[in-house]
Amino acid sequence: MWRYLIGRALQTLLSMLVVISIVFFLTRLSGNPVHLLLDVNASERDQQILMHHLGLDKPLPAQYGIYVMNMFVGDFGNSVLTRRPVTEHIWERLPATVELGFVAMFLSVLIGVPLGMYSAVHRGSVLDSAARVFAVLGQSMPAFWLGLMLILIFAVVLGLFPAGGRGGVENIVLPAFTLGYFTSAAILRLTRSAMLEVLGSDYIKFARLKGLHEQIVLWKHGLKNALLPVVTFAVMLFVQFLGGAVVTETVFAWPGLGRLILESITTRDYPIVQAGVLVLSALYLVGNLFVDVLYSYLNPRIRHARA
Amino acid sequence: MPAPSRELPWFPGAILAALVLTAVFAPYLAPQSPTEGDITQKLIPPVWMERGEGRHPLGTDRFGRDVLSRVIYGSRISLVVSLLAIGLSGTFGTALGLISGYRGGFTDSLLMRFTDIGLSLPTILIAVVLVAVSEPSFRNVVLVISLLLWPRFARQIRGETLGIKEQDFVALAVVAGRSSTWIISRHIFPNVVPTLLVISTLQVGYVILLEGTLSFLGVGVPPPNPAWGLMIADGRGFLATAWWITLFPGGAMLLTVLAVNLMGDWLRDHLDPKLRQLGSRAETEPAAIEPVPEARSRGAAAGADGG
Repeated sequence: MWRYLIGRALQTLLSMLVVISIVFFLTRLSGNPVHLLLDVNASERDQQILMHHLGLDKPLPAQYGIYVMNMFVGDFGNSVLTRRPVTEHIWERLPATVELGFVAMFLSVLIGVPLGMYSAVHRGSVLDSAARVFAVLGQSMPAFWLGLMLILIFAVVLGLFPAGGRGGVENIVLPAFTLGYFTSAAILRLTRSAMLEVLGSDYIKFARLKGLHEQIVLWKHGLKNALLPVVTFAVMLFVQFLGGAVVTETVFAWPGLGRLILESITTRDYPIVQAGVLVLSALYLVGNLFVDVLYSYLNPRIRHARA
Repeated sequence: MPAPSRELPWFPGAILAALVLTAVFAPYLAPQSPTEGDITQKLIPPVWMERGEGRHPLGTDRFGRDVLSRVIYGSRISLVVSLLAIGLSGTFGTALGLISGYRGGFTDSLLMRFTDIGLSLPTILIAVVLVAVSEPSFRNVVLVISLLLWPRFARQIRGETLGIKEQDFVALAVVAGRSSTWIISRHIFPNVVPTLLVISTLQVGYVILLEGTLSFLGVGVPPPNPAWGLMIADGRGFLATAWWITLFPGGAMLLTVLAVNLMGDWLRDHLDPKLRQLGSRAETEPAAIEPVPEARSRGAAAGADGG
């Protein structure tokens, strides 16, 4: 068990290092931000001064070393455009991303679990088939297109929800559904299969033999036991939302971290791109580590196999 | 999992056949040029609407380009990108998986460490940054997607190889003095082909969605190419007035990915029963998450385990 945990933690650290390196070296290849900041007519000398000021005149390995060192003390540098510390920009945007992720996860569970339960209990019914179609579509739907279609129907035609921005409860409905559709389909399938397995087990048969009310059998004995994989999965989804929110945030003009990264790519604001990707990746990697550990702890089969 | 039906996958098969034919014969099928439009003919609605014209069955976009022709030509981009990306990452990943599984020991540990890191990265985020900084182009999109895809092949093929390696015919070949290269290519590789076929098909949908996402975000195939993702991004600003620019390419993408996923699921059930746990887009539904009835005995087991 401990060996497995330490191995997993080390691997997460390595992955993080790979992300750091990819991001660092690639952002350095994409063109000189000095050209973007200065007037076209700026003299060679002015360019040199600015490059020196930004630390861009040092050799790449040196820049990399300084970068990694600074990161350990939590210093991501300043934005090239606004001159404000990058951490300020990140903190401004992070809550929106986390909020969207939470609501999307909540929505996925809210849609997926009841539908999955219903499908399991009423196997072969019309609603079971409909749920299957819902799930299959969820796997194949381009999220950005779904988002636009939702805007078209619910914002443009029906006028029920705003098309974008962050504000009240009504603002988050469409983006959260867009982000959560695929995963609610996945949760549906997971709940269905977990529920089917549990319902076929001896203790459920026993509970029925005892003459317990069917609803109590289903909800108390059934769902309670089917829920563990679903909950683990939901936590993992939340983590993945953080990494994948770039698309949904762009479609709905949601002022989150993903959109900040995309905006900063256009303006070549390296420090923000780097820090943004690192923060999202770190959340993603640590979150996955957490889920793995949680799951291996909860599942004796894994715990013993890898001990 | 219900028993696989004997029925042939006629629905996805028909769509895929139509798609391939459309891509191959695009110049004969498309009524207009996909990249050149008549600006005086801009934003014409589909033919069945008021002001619609027979020359543009699905209407025109803001440059007067024919939407139907662009959707038809767009199928080429989606298909070529997925064929190239899967060919590239499949070859590399399979080679790595074969070597890793056959060699075992240190080689295996090292290669699998890399694979694990590759698998742990937040795909979309890294893809966006990679393409954005390396200048969006057709070639870079293919390279970046391949780079993110190979670990999936390597991981799965290695697992297969481990099992095949233990079989008698491999031991006999070793005794007969055959070289490792000969054994891998003549004895092991033919046995992983069904698995390879299944993984490849299951990844096609993912690649199409990823390419679409990148193009939509403006870091994929560059304009004026008729990539579906680009068309959707293009139509985004005209959602309220010219929804057809967005609706049709997205619909084409949904239908394509749906067909590929259904086909992949069918192949998996019929060619390779061992892969049952892989869903389309298996990466978000890890095989590790499954019903865990044993988890109930956690307390007792944890005591015995000491952790």
